[in-house]
Amino acid sequence: MHPVIATVLQRLALGILTLFVVSLIIFSSIEFLPGDFGEAILGQAALPETVAAFRKELGLDLPMYQRYLDWVGNVMTGDLGNSFSGRGSSGGADRSRPVIDLIAPRLANTLFLASMAAIISVPLALFLGITAALYRGSIYDRLVNALTLTTISFPEFFVAYILILIFSSFLKFFPSLANIDPTTDFWVRVHLTALPAITLMLVIIAHMMRMTRAAIINLMASPYIEMADLKGVSKSQIIIHHALPNAWAPIVNVIAFNLAYLVVGVVVVEVVFVYPGVGQLMVDAVTTRDVPVVQACAMIFALTYILLNLFADIISIITNPRLLHPR
Amino acid sequence: MNTKNRGEKGDILLEMKDIVIDGYSDDRWHEIIKGVDLTLRRGEVMGLIGESGAGKSTLGLASMGFARPGCRITSGSIMFDGIDLMKASEAEKRKLRGSRIAYVAQSAAASFNPSHKLIEQAVEATVRHGITPEQEAKSDAKKLFADLQLPNPDNIGDRYPHQVSGGQLQRVMTAMAMSSRPDLIIFDEPTTALDVTTQVEVLASMRQIVEQYHTAAIYITHDLAVVAQMADVIKVLRYGETVENADTRTMLSNPEKEYTQSLWSVRSIEKDEEESKDIILKIENVDAGYGGGIKVLDKVSIDVPRGHTVAVVGESGSGKSTAARVITGLLPPSKGRVLFNGQPLPLALKDRGIEQLKKIQMIYQSADTAMNPRHTVRDVIGRPLEFYLGLKGKALDKRLLELLELIELDETFVDRLPAEMSGGQKQRVCIARALAAEPELIICDEVTSALDQIVQKGILSLLLRLQKELGITYIFITHDIATVKAISDQIVVMFQGGVVEQGMKSEILSPPFPDYTKLLLSSVPEMDPDWLTGLLKERSEEQTSV
Repeated sequence: MHPVIATVLQRLALGILTLFVVSLIIFSSIEFLPGDFGEAILGQAALPETVAAFRKELGLDLPMYQRYLDWVGNVMTGDLGNSFSGRGSSGGADRSRPVIDLIAPRLANTLFLASMAAIISVPLALFLGITAALYRGSIYDRLVNALTLTTISFPEFFVAYILILIFSSFLKFFPSLANIDPTTDFWVRVHLTALPAITLMLVIIAHMMRMTRAAIINLMASPYIEMADLKGVSKSQIIIHHALPNAWAPIVNVIAFNLAYLVVGVVVVEVVFVYPGVGQLMVDAVTTRDVPVVQACAMIFALTYILLNLFADIISIITNPRLLHPR
Repeated sequence: MNTKNRGEKGDILLEMKDIVIDGYSDDRWHEIIKGVDLTLRRGEVMGLIGESGAGKSTLGLASMGFARPGCRITSGSIMFDGIDLMKASEAEKRKLRGSRIAYVAQSAAASFNPSHKLIEQAVEATVRHGITPEQEAKSDAKKLFADLQLPNPDNIGDRYPHQVSGGQLQRVMTAMAMSSRPDLIIFDEPTTALDVTTQVEVLASMRQIVEQYHTAAIYITHDLAVVAQMADVIKVLRYGETVENADTRTMLSNPEKEYTQSLWSVRSIEKDEEESKDIILKIENVDAGYGGGIKVLDKVSIDVPRGHTVAVVGESGSGKSTAARVITGLLPPSKGRVLFNGQPLPLALKDRGIEQLKKIQMIYQSADTAMNPRHTVRDVIGRPLEFYLGLKGKALDKRLLELLELIELDETFVDRLPAEMSGGQKQRVCIARALAAEPELIICDEVTSALDQIVQKGILSLLLRLQKELGITYIFITHDIATVKAISDQIVVMFQGGVVEQGMKSEILSPPFPDYTKLLLSSVPEMDPDWLTGLLKERSEEQTSV
């Protein structure tokens, strides 16, 4: 077997193992959260018998390991279970919905926003990083560095409100609320999510751009770069043809890290723009002790991190000629 | 391909006058080249020699109008075939580089981009400068690979740099420089990182190709014997100034300046061998390897006589350093035993007692990496004094100064950091560290390979003096036969993990030779400018007679 395939399979197996460990941690940490769903929904004044009956109905009275095994078993067959909320107190009609129905549209919204931010910010960050390395020390380089550093230094809600103030209140280019629903048309959607997307771009560009610049500059002192210079290769060709192919590993790792942030770390931006994403859903579920939803969201976030890191690892491996072309 | 005649042989190709180059260090600019003149004719090979820090590479690069970051050419004139490189724009100089002037760097492994195939890199300049179309350049490169005696010339170009050996890479780099048929090639210590046996092959192919295409070259090196094979004329540099210029034969037979004579003075140390039956260390039938994989040592047995020097020679990969690791216990052998003063030593380092550890010390090739950069000389030498001998306070200080005196450094060195000393001084401190333990045996692993000839001579004389005064036994690992001649009593020749022969210096260095010893000995460059020619002739005759 080619060593690259072997390494990828090995990383994949490690990813699955990580996911398993994460599921254990998620399950047990929710177990240790104070209070439970029964008390939260029935109120503190509820009779202990009522609470007990309600818990029994939800299966909360079973031992911990059994509930864990049930949950993991169901998740593996694609069943994320039913949400707790929507259940009436004992006797009422069961209006609870499957977790998957709650999460799916929210996740689609989150991925839409994340893709919009990523499609523009990744190429832009690479471009800025490469050009900053090319014109290292120039006014342009300093300007790009200072600007990106500024945007990353402000908290994201602050950037969001400033953008709202400028583009929504004064210029009236974009709406300040991004309240989309499944029927919203694509271009309307783009227009509505412009401000949250721009906020996210401003937050992540700096990190990726600075890593691109640093990774390239780090290689510029290599003897093979001097050799290219002495072969009469132009500065821009040196960077693109000689430095960049060797710089991918650190750059891709930072990109993966930031893309993961776009999926799992955007709850503040969602709140500011009242955007119906998965982050808000999870926060709501935590406050109402809706355990199945919290667990499902946490697993999705973990999966995102693992997949993106796996992707970064694969890119690092295939851009390393020593691994791709063994002796 | 490029057959146009750009001028007659003998015309002046490059003329540098009164070149001054500044280098930036310690927050200020200072002169590293102080007004050097250099004239090179078409088809002529000039050897540029001197110690490290003499400014050889800086001057070589300046002939391309190039200064490394942190350097600047401040004054002087550089005329290359009628083009004033001091006045030429960056774009004009870029057009010359890789087309009419090419560069061959010292470290081939580091000078190839790991991400691209060899042939792509070999033809890059030629194609980029639009000299020949890609396909034509590639088939020409294959021809050059064949001229340079690279194995499998049609396919070797499809490999990546890490897939071929250092000697092969160095030849591919020569092909890369030759690809555009330049008027001038700068060879910057191209064989310094190679084994003697590989060096001969690379030198021969470089010389042959330079002659074949009448290319002028500047050959930078600190090895006079190497330059004697390559150069028509020699220029000696020191501290950024010219010491003397002369054609090669005159320079070798009749150097004017004392400094030039001292450049090959290491070859003047001679030690008379002594026989001894008193064996201090014996390793018997040792097998060893790394990570349970391939055997690096195969049934190795070596006897080391007390108070004498055994030189272990062989090319890299022959198992010399592994043998040292077995003796010190860093690498426990899978088979065999190690006897010290007649007693078997525990094989693993962790099983040896402090008295056993103390008696065998080691000095490494690179003094830089063998010392903690944040430790002063006091820390470096004081540590074994405290650890092995339990010295503290005044007693430690007293011993410390005695040791410094022994290695010919004064007390001002006590508080210096490694970065504040020269290479030779650092190696002396490492010797003192080994002496501090009061050992009976010191293993010297290529201790002079990283040093200049003159510094080498100092270190070798110091080691000889210490042996005479203190009766220390040395195992001296080296690939440099001149060093072996200078210091050893006995010689062990190693090849591919086995001992080829062991015996007194005079026996090993006189015929009859086993095949490998003969190859190794005959590959060591000699001062005679006809040496390489003679050697190649001899070897090809042998080939045809077989």
